[in-house]
Amino acid sequence: MLAGIVLSIISLFIGAIDIKPTDLLDWESDETQIFLISRVPRLMAIILAGAGMSIAGLIMQSLSRNKFVSPTTAGTLDAARLGILISMICFTNATFIQQVIFSFAFALLGTIIFMQILDRIKFKDAIFVPLIGIMYGNILSSITVFFGYEADLLQNISSWLMGSFTLVIAGRYELLYVAVPAILLAYLYANKFTVAGMGEDFAKNLGLSYRFVLNLGLTIVAVITTTVVLTVGVIPFLGLIVPNIVSLYMGDNLRKTIPHTMALGVVFLLICDIIGRVVVHPYEIPVNVTVAVIGSAIFLILLFRGRAYAK
Amino acid sequence: MIEIKGLTKRFGKKTVVDNVTAKIQPRTITSFIGPNGAGKSTLLSMVSRLLDADTGDVLLDQTSVKKWKSDRFAKRVSILKQSNYLNVRLTVRELVSFGRYPYSKGRLTDEDEKFVDQALEYMNLTDIQDQFLDELSGGQRQRAFIAMVIAQDTDYILLDEPLNNLDMKHSVQIMKILRKLVDELGKTVVIVLHDINFASVYSDRIVALKNGKLVKDGPTHEIINSKALREIYDMDIPIHEQNGCRICVYFNSHTHAN
Repeated sequence: MLAGIVLSIISLFIGAIDIKPTDLLDWESDETQIFLISRVPRLMAIILAGAGMSIAGLIMQSLSRNKFVSPTTAGTLDAARLGILISMICFTNATFIQQVIFSFAFALLGTIIFMQILDRIKFKDAIFVPLIGIMYGNILSSITVFFGYEADLLQNISSWLMGSFTLVIAGRYELLYVAVPAILLAYLYANKFTVAGMGEDFAKNLGLSYRFVLNLGLTIVAVITTTVVLTVGVIPFLGLIVPNIVSLYMGDNLRKTIPHTMALGVVFLLICDIIGRVVVHPYEIPVNVTVAVIGSAIFLILLFRGRAYAK
Repeated sequence: MIEIKGLTKRFGKKTVVDNVTAKIQPRTITSFIGPNGAGKSTLLSMVSRLLDADTGDVLLDQTSVKKWKSDRFAKRVSILKQSNYLNVRLTVRELVSFGRYPYSKGRLTDEDEKFVDQALEYMNLTDIQDQFLDELSGGQRQRAFIAMVIAQDTDYILLDEPLNNLDMKHSVQIMKILRKLVDELGKTVVIVLHDINFASVYSDRIVALKNGKLVKDGPTHEIINSKALREIYDMDIPIHEQNGCRICVYFNSHTHAN
């Protein structure tokens, strides 16, 4: 928590233009304007995206009963992107709302299909399942690229490929606030997700409506993923590694782990964003690159050290 | 009382449970026995509503289990399937607390906590209540799941092969606990068992299935004899009596082709 606050403050005062806290005393100054239009929205976007993607991953891991399933490894992100593309092809001048709706519908549908595939396969190995998810995601992705190529929209698609907070300024990120009620809902239903995570039989024994909880969880995941993809872009690994790290030291009781997962997700993303902004100052590296580099390293460590635990 | 009335279940063309009718007597241990593929687990799943029957019905207190609301049903009947929940990291206490879910929906009252404490005490788990399930031995883990069912405080406890993967000592521990649940707490236990001798020594009644059909249903002493066992298992099994227990010595029996 403390780390999050410290990093937030650091994040506010890092950037191409030097802003000192004292500059903010002058309400009219350029610095204050930049601060309010660019820095604050950026911080909010990082917090919401970091918390959101981590929670989305946590819910997916619980419901699929597999530690390595996340929006990245279950096709959710790819389906969301396909949705955006379809909306752009169907309506030549797709409004933002149309994009949101299409992207959400596809993300939800794409995840449901993955869960159906998961239901059917008998060999539920901890590594095998996410591999299927990644293949499935790549199929969706290649469909997107194919139609994007046909419709000359490849440029647009690649901008959603890349997660970056560079373009986040006031007026362009507010959709992310939709993730707030979704996260709250996730917390309210935390116990139900834990019970559902023990399996359908287990949930039914306790009188829990398994299907309802499953669908609610997938909806929450789709809402969060959609809002993040449309405002920030694809941030890989976040939903994968953050919940796993928390699970290692706190277990899988979601009521207990959700706050920690959110906090760690935010801290992790803040660190990655700050690194991205510092190394090539005054330019910056898109956050998905730093997340991918640091994230894949952590992911490998989890894989090698945690194989026994993931099973 | 639980009454099973003409239950049938098909998977594709195969009839797994075929027109089975039986009654579960309250305050007894009833064992479901039979060869592989006899339909024991499927029958248990239908009794506990995990599976829907194709035809027939299960009555709990004269009301079809389909008509029970799920949270009220969860306060009357609990089921533990063969446990392979190894990938969920919960502490023993957290798991047992979920037994109170039908009552409190996850927000434990003081009364719920008392039930949890008692269940942990009863299963001798108080010392390890804060350990994660995946750090426990198979026997401890099985005890934790039974503690959860005790906290759930249902009249009927259904268990699907709870002795799977347990060594002799832990198997005996579990069976003794089930006996105590019936004798001391007045529970009704229905259990799918593979080992005929555990069924013989610990259960009051036995329901024997073969190829989905009910072959025998009666008090244990009526089933554990060479003639009845031959019908169930196609084997000539001599029975030896030892300290009042009837032991089936099947290890070198002659087996008939069926």
